[in-house]
Amino acid sequence: MNRNRLQEIIPRLVLSPSMALILIFVYAFILYTFYLSMTDSRMLPSYGFVGFENYEKLWNLRHWWRALTNLAIFGTLYIVICSVLGLFLAILLDQKIRGEGFLRPIYLYPMALSFIVTGTAWKWFLDPGIGLENTMHQWGWASFEFAWIKDRTLAIYTVVIAAVWQSSGFVMAMFLAGLRGVDSEIIKAAQMDGASNVTIYRRIIIPMMRPVFLSAFVVLAHLAIKSYDLVVALTGGGPGQATELPATFMYSYTFTRNQMGIGASSAIIMLVMIFSIIIPYLYSELKPGRQR
Amino acid sequence: MSAGKTVGVSGNRLARALLYSVLIVFAVYYLLPLYVMLVNSVKPLDEIRQGNMLALPDVFTLEPWARAWSSAQIGVQPTGLKPYFFNSILMVVPAVAISTVLGALNGYVLTKWRFRGDDIVFGLILLSCFIPFQIALIPAARILGMLGIAGTTQGLVLIHVVYGLGFTTLFFRNYYAAFPTELVRAAQIDGAGFFQIFRRILLPSSAPIIVVTVIWQFTNIWNDFLFGVSFGDFDSQPMTVALNNLVSSSGGVKEYNVHFAGAILAALPTLVVYIVSGRYFVRGLMAGAVKG
Amino acid sequence: MAFLKIDNLRKSFGKVDVLKGIDLEIEEGGFLVLVGPSGCGKSTLLNTIAGLEPITSGSISINGKVVNDLHPSQRDIAMVFQSYALYPNMTVAENIGFGMEIRGVPKAERDAAIAKVAETLQIGALLNRKPSQLSGGQRQRVAMGRALVRDPMVFLFDEPLSNLDAKLRVDMRTEIKRLHQRMGTTIVYVTHDQIEAMTLATKIAVLKDGVLQQFGTPAEIYNTPNNLFVADFMGSPSMNLIPAKVKASGGDVAIMMERDEGEPLALPFAGANGALAGRDGQNVVFGIRPEALTDPDSADRNARHVSELDCDIEVIEPAGSDTFAVTRLGGREIVARLRADAPISAGQTARLAFNLDKALLFDPETEARIV
Repeated sequence: MNRNRLQEIIPRLVLSPSMALILIFVYAFILYTFYLSMTDSRMLPSYGFVGFENYEKLWNLRHWWRALTNLAIFGTLYIVICSVLGLFLAILLDQKIRGEGFLRPIYLYPMALSFIVTGTAWKWFLDPGIGLENTMHQWGWASFEFAWIKDRTLAIYTVVIAAVWQSSGFVMAMFLAGLRGVDSEIIKAAQMDGASNVTIYRRIIIPMMRPVFLSAFVVLAHLAIKSYDLVVALTGGGPGQATELPATFMYSYTFTRNQMGIGASSAIIMLVMIFSIIIPYLYSELKPGRQR
Repeated sequence: MSAGKTVGVSGNRLARALLYSVLIVFAVYYLLPLYVMLVNSVKPLDEIRQGNMLALPDVFTLEPWARAWSSAQIGVQPTGLKPYFFNSILMVVPAVAISTVLGALNGYVLTKWRFRGDDIVFGLILLSCFIPFQIALIPAARILGMLGIAGTTQGLVLIHVVYGLGFTTLFFRNYYAAFPTELVRAAQIDGAGFFQIFRRILLPSSAPIIVVTVIWQFTNIWNDFLFGVSFGDFDSQPMTVALNNLVSSSGGVKEYNVHFAGAILAALPTLVVYIVSGRYFVRGLMAGAVKG
Repeated sequence: MAFLKIDNLRKSFGKVDVLKGIDLEIEEGGFLVLVGPSGCGKSTLLNTIAGLEPITSGSISINGKVVNDLHPSQRDIAMVFQSYALYPNMTVAENIGFGMEIRGVPKAERDAAIAKVAETLQIGALLNRKPSQLSGGQRQRVAMGRALVRDPMVFLFDEPLSNLDAKLRVDMRTEIKRLHQRMGTTIVYVTHDQIEAMTLATKIAVLKDGVLQQFGTPAEIYNTPNNLFVADFMGSPSMNLIPAKVKASGGDVAIMMERDEGEPLALPFAGANGALAGRDGQNVVFGIRPEALTDPDSADRNARHVSELDCDIEVIEPAGSDTFAVTRLGGREIVARLRADAPISAGQTARLAFNLDKALLFDPETEARIV
């Protein structure tokens, strides 16, 4: 009897440290940050309640709008290019390629690197003085110009280039796994119906990749909103504020500009953005899974 | 899986040639930054400045590597990356070990010892994978301060354990969900208790998911920058932060070759893991991406 | 005295009632089979006996002792699972000895017990193999070995043969029966296969939707099913159930069944007059098993009431030992079981003998048996 009771309690006991850590470090922290976003905290947390004043200030800052616009540009391009490129490469690799085992890891390895390394490499590669532009000049193409990284309007696209380089191979791997999972009998049936290869991909296989598109979207959206390291290493947010993203905005307002209240409110906005994508996704994924 | 599949370009030689050229062009795109870093890390500085970034070195030197490792200026001290490399090791090893063990136990409880409300617990844990870490920065700094482990390796280990729990729990839960519950019941009838069942029945069959989890956690924690830069100081800052300091230090001559050697050094552990266990690496990424 | 007794057992998962008040008992050495369609609650019932799932109310006692709150390992039971549940990382010997190892039985004693069980089941040669190196039948034996070695008061079997191919299933069925006869242990056995239930059981419990439909010996269940569900579920091919009307005039009772063409068929139904007296003109369901509906030459000579009638044969299915003939009565397909070389062919009219001793009548509303 006693032993029975113990056996019932142990599982919950085992789970409790993790649960406690997560309740504190995730959910209590969210509440705390939310509370801070309603206070006049500057360099240190302070508890003078100011309501939604920080949010008002935030939405009036050109700097914040700049970060949001950049996120919109960066996020859209990053997700679209990674998905298209990933699917394209996956389809190419699915054509019974000799040396697939050799090519696939080459496409994928950037995912193993940290964004800091990626940023360091691309920063240099894109630098007109020593990188690609210089190389082209050396090769005698004197009029070649590629100085996006120094250009206020174009710098954000260099972040896209580096981020796509890092993540597209991973999206490719996701699609490839999806393609390989398509039931070959369906394809044989389509071939018997006389469908061309292009039609088979367009009408049958790609529509079946819907769950992969969804997963890729969630992963990439989540990376885009969180991305901080890449910008720091590649451009440091510059030139000027040209490549500032909400993640870097939050960091600099909180820790270098001593505007903790505003930093906290920007963090809350980021949380809302991510959760509005993730929660419906998790809900749709876990509900049918439960019934299995 | 794809054995019976015959969709795709076949027969047409021109199309095949085109296909292979496209694939090779992309392979070059993915390899180029790594090649550039590698080639230029063994050139003397003036050769980089004058020469072509794509050219093989005229003069081969390992001096930049030696400098990056042991004498380059990082922040204010000419220590090289060496001490930070060990900081990273000291942080990564315990963080990976603890989060993996906790994740395994959580997954075991959540699948084989289900209780009322366990899906809510899992939902809360799972959601913690997706929070933007910016939301935790301010309160985490306060908590670490209160615990007296601000700026220490222990502090970073704690942070990485907490924010890795969601993923490790997810991995093990999904793996154990497919583990036959009848085995657990048979062991219960045989009189085995909670931990005996885990150690004797589940653990011996868990090698694949342990490998995936360890790789995932290792890469993520090794590559982390945000927590390292926020909560680390000289004795605890990880490799990524040191690399960023090395690259973006403003004073003096920019020693590009040293930067590259440093970047490769920082990337080396995860690249090695990727090369040695690529199959599991991909599985880890996919498991992290494609939910429950 | 009841050895295993289940008293008003209820089990619900949240708001769903899975077992709705089950009463069962079996004497020592009995072989109780729980049978029913999937989702009827039979496996849940077995799991509650094992202690793997808590019960909501009621009680379970083994050998006079209530075991409701005992851990599975303390109930003195052993269980054979549908998937066999062999520990994949242990050898056959370790699998069989695991329970003893947990209980701290010394190694020498363990080895002796394992050797004995291995001999009984003829798996001595497999003791050092891993489960993945065994065939389905061998795994089945090892799973039984793991149960046998405990020498429990009650054996629980959860659909143990459902993962085997047809021939092996029949062999193992015989083997389980032989084992039961030799060891004389009490067994509770879950299956959805009514042939397994008939061949193995000393008592059968038929369940549907968490309610016990009938509890009795195989002969009782087969010959006098309580209701339409049991009648239909037990037996293969299943009992012919034909919509009919009672016609009682004076002392004679007849059962009227519609035919596609011609006059309704009237079967004089003697022997149960009392029960049918007040039912003139009412609808009933006439039930007759295929073997009670045969060619006149193979009809049971000892039967007291046999009616012979001409029927239109639609399909003939020779099955080797018998021939099944399909005809139509009351708008239903009716199967008759004839001897293998009965001179009959599809599209013809043939004379069939109805053995009315074996015929049953059910109330179409309550589904309960009238006669």
